[in-house]
Amino acid sequence: MNAYVLIENVLQALYTGLVVGCIYGLMCVGLALIFSVMRVINFAQGEFLMLGMYAALFCFAQIGVGALLGPGVGAVVASLLAGVIVFAIGAILYDVLLRPVTGLSVAGTEGEGHYPQLTLTLGLSLLLQNGGLIAFGSSPQTIRTPLSSSAWELPVFGQDISLFLNKARTVACIVTLAVAFAVAIFINRSRHGKMLRAAADNAEAATYMGIRVTRAHRLAFALGAAISAIAGGLVATYYPFQPYVGLEFIIVMYAGVVLGGMGSVMGAFWGGITIGLVQQLSTLVLPQQLQNATIFVVFLLIILLRPQGLFGRNVERV
Amino acid sequence: MSNASDNVPFAWSVAIVVVAIAAYVGLAWLTPDRYYQLIFTIILIWAAVGVAFNLFSGYSGLLSFGHAAFFGLGAYTVGLLFVNAGISPWIGIVVAALVGVVAGVVIGYPTFRLRGHYFALAMLAYPLVLLYVFQWLGFQEVSLPMVRKAAADYMQFADTRVYIAFSGVLLAIALAINLYVARSRFGLSLLAIKQNEPAAMAAGMNPLSWKLKAIMLSASLTSVAGGLYAVVQLIVTPESVFGLLVSSRALIVTLFGGIGTVAGPVVGSLILIPLGEVLQAQLSDILPGIQGVVLGVAIIAVVLLAPEGVLPYVMKRVPRKGATAGGVLALDTTPYVRETNAPSVAAPMLEVRDIAVRFGGLQALSKVTFDVHPAEILGIIGPNGAGKTTLFNILNGFIAPTQGGVRFEEREIVGQPAYEICRAGIGRTFQIVRPFAGLSVLRNVVVGAFAHRHDEAAAYAEARNALERVGLSARAGVLAGNLTTMELRLMELARALAGQPKLLLLDETLAGLGAGEVEHMLRAIAAIRKQGVAIVIIEHTMHAMVRLADRLVVLDHGEAIATGDPEAVINLPHVIEAYLGKKWADHAAA
Repeated sequence: MNAYVLIENVLQALYTGLVVGCIYGLMCVGLALIFSVMRVINFAQGEFLMLGMYAALFCFAQIGVGALLGPGVGAVVASLLAGVIVFAIGAILYDVLLRPVTGLSVAGTEGEGHYPQLTLTLGLSLLLQNGGLIAFGSSPQTIRTPLSSSAWELPVFGQDISLFLNKARTVACIVTLAVAFAVAIFINRSRHGKMLRAAADNAEAATYMGIRVTRAHRLAFALGAAISAIAGGLVATYYPFQPYVGLEFIIVMYAGVVLGGMGSVMGAFWGGITIGLVQQLSTLVLPQQLQNATIFVVFLLIILLRPQGLFGRNVERV
Repeated sequence: MSNASDNVPFAWSVAIVVVAIAAYVGLAWLTPDRYYQLIFTIILIWAAVGVAFNLFSGYSGLLSFGHAAFFGLGAYTVGLLFVNAGISPWIGIVVAALVGVVAGVVIGYPTFRLRGHYFALAMLAYPLVLLYVFQWLGFQEVSLPMVRKAAADYMQFADTRVYIAFSGVLLAIALAINLYVARSRFGLSLLAIKQNEPAAMAAGMNPLSWKLKAIMLSASLTSVAGGLYAVVQLIVTPESVFGLLVSSRALIVTLFGGIGTVAGPVVGSLILIPLGEVLQAQLSDILPGIQGVVLGVAIIAVVLLAPEGVLPYVMKRVPRKGATAGGVLALDTTPYVRETNAPSVAAPMLEVRDIAVRFGGLQALSKVTFDVHPAEILGIIGPNGAGKTTLFNILNGFIAPTQGGVRFEEREIVGQPAYEICRAGIGRTFQIVRPFAGLSVLRNVVVGAFAHRHDEAAAYAEARNALERVGLSARAGVLAGNLTTMELRLMELARALAGQPKLLLLDETLAGLGAGEVEHMLRAIAAIRKQGVAIVIIEHTMHAMVRLADRLVVLDHGEAIATGDPEAVINLPHVIEAYLGKKWADHAAA
């Protein structure tokens, strides 16, 4: 019986790890897209996630997407709409704040302007967190769907072992896979994707080829924000959130991006999945409270021992 | 670092700090309101944390997003020693200082291998790991118990104004250390490393050692501030001491006031901390989180509007007297007359044997062998890509050869780091001049002198002497960023000379110079040789080299294809072929 419990626990942790990991993966893709094109580590990415959650809640409850389409489909559509809203916010933030300290305006300056960029996004993060507190209040919210408290039971090896697949997470996972796939197609196949890749590779050379780097950067920043916001909207269906929720996920995103090799957008997705697995599997042997500490330790080990990431080549020249 | 510190003696600056802080504490003493007394206290504590942060990040150029690790460890050291062992915070704070030093080494040593984004991300992670670990250990809330008897022995005072005085003392100590560092070998070395690490290494500095010293000092001060914070607040929670807001606050008060200036963090703290606290107290009912909004807006505004910080921004707009214009370089453009040394019979000082390097599939050098004799000028010529600079990078220790050996004064030097080789007596200059643009010419050169001199007065004397030797004394006070190419080349030469090398490696010192300037430079190089320094110089303009060098080594595709008397070497058919192609070699032979 004990062996069954153990197997069941491991399988359950693996499943949850994969599902949560896919959602982490999508968050990471957003951060990685911004980094790979703009060479900016966005400290405020967790806040884009948070904005995505509130935007999804707004669409779901206030606009009535939930009532119109039902709680299941409604939550997914609300998340996608949140992506659109945060896309617009991202584009505006880029023009007002980011443009003066990124791209061609800092090419060739000391350290390529890394530190002003980091501090600027740190300030943005503080502003959005605390502004969020003023705007939304501190009480935890969720997007209420019946899915979050129900599960599919999946029997494995007859009746002895069965897996519980939380419906909200499983649906969220499927949507993330679809969005991540769409992003991959967009970057690798479309004309705009080509523009992004060219600007990422060499902003100056891209300019000479007639690519408007500012446009590419705006697109990357807004799209990166939107992708993380969609992930946020999906998380909101099963996880209570408040304006500081970004802090809980930001290090997951950093860890995933570093793991996938900084600069590789799809590598970040695999990085996110790995982090999800590490987090869930660690609960088998470590106390719950150390779950996040485990992520940090993995992150530090990766960054110190294999800064080029597990999957990628080192893209950042040092 | 700050320009003022150049002119005001150390004792005077410290006196000014002490008087200013005493005046502040005196004024704060008049406040009857305990809440405002607390604000006056924490302004000083955050100013001290800012100064400590600045000691590391301002000088090393590595932004730390993780000073909360040191702050929190200090706070918990004091709190836990008191609660669990009944040890007074008086002792606890001393222990906290030591804990800070250890934490600085433990965190700094592995992390200094990282650069740029990676360094920032890793530093961010340390305090957050500690946050979760301390939560898990069950230290969610450590309250310092009230002591009834002999409360002063436990740093507890009914009159909370005493804490203002304590914090004032802490800030004064932090500022005094900062002022001292600003004028010492320590600060200058860090600045040099920040501005140009390879050049600093080639000038004899060990970057890791200096960075470690800086983070130890900075971490120790931050831990003490954390310990004092625990005493003042009487309660320590993981979020309040390890949280992101702690690191951000240190960073923000410093960047707001002006990173790299002694007073910057103090100005930042004086403006932002009370603003945030007062708004928080007045408006937190309707606008919760207003303090974070203030900090966020402040840092965004500074980055966009006054990236160097508020203090330097204001100082720039205040007219200054006695701006150093500097003299004019006296160029001697008369043609250089060739001087040669009789072929030396003494043992070679540098023996290069069978050096080979591969970069992946590229054989950059293969089987290069030559000697350098004392007081000789050896020219190394060859077309682009022949491996000349790679050869220098081996000789001064930037890269290790795949095979072969280099002996300098009978000692094998392959495998030694660049700063050791510099101290052994091999100086170098760079093809792309690597000045410390934000430092004056004199300070640029002093960096070279510090390689072997620990005494500051002696180092400055030597630097002035080196400037004299290359004829650049008139420009000593000018910022290196304002020099012409010619002056930069001379400055680099002086920096290398200040290290008292026995052998000097000059990498394309003549490149980019005008015809008249070349003559001046040739004369300067010949004069250095006359003083007994051996010189190896790289060039691809053959004309000047034939006039300067005693012997030439010709490199082509990584191989030494000819060695010997300049006139003879350049007429060899295979040398002409390497330079001009087969057709010209045939032409010359005909």
